[in-house]
Amino acid sequence: MRKQFCDALTARSKKPDMVFLTGDLGFMALEPLQKALGARFINAGVAEQNMVSVAAGLARQDLEVWVYSIAPFCYARPFEQIRNDITFHNLPVKLVGNGGGYGYGVMGPTHHAIEDYGVLLTLPNMTVYVPVFDEDIDAVITRAGASSRPAYIRMGRGEPPKDYLVPAYAPWRQLTFGSGPVVIVVGPLAGTYIAAIEQMPERSRPNLWVIAELPIAFNPMPAELLSQIKNSSGLLVAEEHVRHGGFGSDLLLYLADKNIALRGFRHLYARAHHFERYGSQNFLRRQSALDVDSLLAALKVFKYV
Amino acid sequence: MGTNIKLIAEDFSAARKRLLQMHFESGVGHIGGNLSSLDAMMVVFHEYLSGEDKFILSKGHSAGALYTTLWSVGRLQDHDLKQFHKDDTLLAGHPPAKGIEDIQFATGSLGHGLSLAAGTALAFKLKGNASRVVCLTSDGEWQEGSTWEALIFASHHKLLNLTVMVDHNNLQGFGSTAEIASMSPLWERLQGFDVDLHIIDGHDADALRIALEGEGQRLKVIILRTIKGHGVSFMENKMEWHYLPLSAGQYKIALEEIQIKEIRLK
Repeated sequence: MRKQFCDALTARSKKPDMVFLTGDLGFMALEPLQKALGARFINAGVAEQNMVSVAAGLARQDLEVWVYSIAPFCYARPFEQIRNDITFHNLPVKLVGNGGGYGYGVMGPTHHAIEDYGVLLTLPNMTVYVPVFDEDIDAVITRAGASSRPAYIRMGRGEPPKDYLVPAYAPWRQLTFGSGPVVIVVGPLAGTYIAAIEQMPERSRPNLWVIAELPIAFNPMPAELLSQIKNSSGLLVAEEHVRHGGFGSDLLLYLADKNIALRGFRHLYARAHHFERYGSQNFLRRQSALDVDSLLAALKVFKYV
Repeated sequence: MGTNIKLIAEDFSAARKRLLQMHFESGVGHIGGNLSSLDAMMVVFHEYLSGEDKFILSKGHSAGALYTTLWSVGRLQDHDLKQFHKDDTLLAGHPPAKGIEDIQFATGSLGHGLSLAAGTALAFKLKGNASRVVCLTSDGEWQEGSTWEALIFASHHKLLNLTVMVDHNNLQGFGSTAEIASMSPLWERLQGFDVDLHIIDGHDADALRIALEGEGQRLKVIILRTIKGHGVSFMENKMEWHYLPLSAGQYKIALEEIQIKEIRLK
């Protein structure tokens, strides 16, 4: 997604009020944006706390500010600066974390971001974007750019099946159709499930949905999805995020507020910050039972599957 | 902002008395660091800031001095100060996030203000706006690593429209700065950075005026050598006045001392 991200922001750089801050990252990726922005592209160095507060200072003077780093360096190190300086003043700074979830794979847990949106969504007015496909980036940049709220964009890599026709961007999208249970996935992980689900028989095939914007309160659930949940044999949520404070909790509270009882519920989530051994993003997904085989196994608890 | 009136001794005394009145009426401490920084804020607001210039109080626990200074320049009224620390007030113990036009940011957690000031100064620079920014930090605050991050950034980007002030009163929350972090005097640490360093008596209005005037080729840092609790003998250089509120008897003595000094000055 970095290529699409750079292209989208380079196109946007014609806006004279746009400023981009990076925490010394972007080699072999963001050079076109650097060239386009000139003095408005600022390498703030290896000093994320300062970078975030500087961003707040710039935004307070009505500049459109984007802050970029590897995901955990973007939100975990400067958390108090995000809380006090950005969100307490509702400044529309856009934080962009590259490599959300286990995206940095074998680089190890210091580079993973599996509690990012859970932590950030505790802050006032924070909006989180989790683009699903590379093609989503344009829309996400436009929507985050136009938003009056603080934003965090968790970037990963689009993982659709081969020759997949990506549906137009929306906060909620249905990716597969059937008479089976409902599956809701956060972000790119959804793409890894499509091919296997499409091969299932119609009567047991899940209705697979993907959500790309959090919290639910800012993008209420489509009526069609709500209806499917009410009538389905069960609901499964998968997210590359720790269980506590993740989308699963947000969703269950949302449904409880509406007095909707579930016939069955399964939650697949990032189980640990580090396991016995290191490995790629896909290795870590397997360790967490977030891979396709684990999904298919989890679906078997539901009726008719 | 700013009155463009050259302050006289009585103005400083009046502000000092009003600050003590506010703290006494509300039963609130943090008086020592307010009295060490009040004179500098008075000069900055009355004589330096104008137009869209901004002041950022990084040492948010000196909110009392900031509110008193805003009262002195006519931006807050007596009835506002009477609400200090009360329920349903805008005048919280630390500068509020919104509601007071001259306060840009909610500060109070140390180590944020200099970065916020640098961002504000950079915004002015990028927009071709000639406005200026003043940031007041404490001395203990330089134990926060983020303050050094901000100094590196502001110095590197040659933010000549930013003035950094340090209230160097040598005392912090639970001891002296010398005892706790071995960085005193702070100016010896700052000398290695690419900054124009001014070391002045923070209670000398003329020295403040001279240091604030003029623009060099490097980031300006003014070390204000100050006295915690300045102007009230039993508070001066006493760590406990970082926290303690005034009793009625102490308040009376403090006012009398300020009055006597005023008479002598006349």
